[in-house]
Amino acid sequence: MTITLNHYMIVSFLLFAIGFMGVLVRRNFLTILMSVELMLNAVNLNLIAFSRRLSDLTGQVFSIFVITIAAGEAAIGLALTISFFRQRRTLDVEEANTMRG
Amino acid sequence: MTSGVLLTGAGGWLFAVLAVLALASAVAVVVARNPVHSALFLLLSFVLVAAIFILQQAEFVGAVQMLVYAGGIMVLFLFVVMLVNPGVVAVGKAFQTQFDVALVLLPIFLLPFLYILGTEKLPDVAAKPDALRMVGDRIAGNTEAVSWVLFRDYLVPFEVASVFLLVAMIGAVVLGRRSLEKMD
Repeated sequence: MTITLNHYMIVSFLLFAIGFMGVLVRRNFLTILMSVELMLNAVNLNLIAFSRRLSDLTGQVFSIFVITIAAGEAAIGLALTISFFRQRRTLDVEEANTMRG
Repeated sequence: MTSGVLLTGAGGWLFAVLAVLALASAVAVVVARNPVHSALFLLLSFVLVAAIFILQQAEFVGAVQMLVYAGGIMVLFLFVVMLVNPGVVAVGKAFQTQFDVALVLLPIFLLPFLYILGTEKLPDVAAKPDALRMVGDRIAGNTEAVSWVLFRDYLVPFEVASVFLLVAMIGAVVLGRRSLEKMD
């Protein structure tokens, strides 16, 4: 079976779309954070495939930076989750409506 | 349409199997009602994507993915799932009423993607099988090659990333403090 760059792009797009749907559709704060991680992972997949296709290591270096950002984002997001849970006793993002006009 | 072939034969089939499994576990992450199940499917998805990285000669990034995602981030997620009672989480509907928004937005993203897929023109790079392992003219390992690029060409972004991690750490500590609760 022959795999080209297009297959990689399609898989990456589907992974990103699944994560995007997760962010839009779920109500659980934790699951939304996990969906964001899925989207970042999809971007990494694209970077790696292009790096191989162009024989250039820059893509791999950038995916390491993306992983760094993802780690920081997870730490901040989970701290927010905990403080949100302390305030509201729930993880439902529909409950975060204090600023609703 | 690009003609660059990335994988052939058994490697191609391995990629297909890994990709299908990774996509299936990603769907399971979004669909699962219990956050613990979501976290475990996310772990499976990360491991499969790391294997796909290694198929593309990105051994170092694959190892980092395993260590940082599967090791660090998953432990954080499971730790938070333990801290907030999952029984409380499971109450109520799992999905919110934004399916219509999602169904409108998806084609908006899909159409440019298909356009790019149909019209992309990448430069024809001569196939260099060891390009991702070269340091100068010498064939080294992927890790050494990545570190050469990282510490020579991208030293400033690397340092900025370390400052970013410091900021994230301080932010997480401040946000997680219990005394925030008493302030208001």
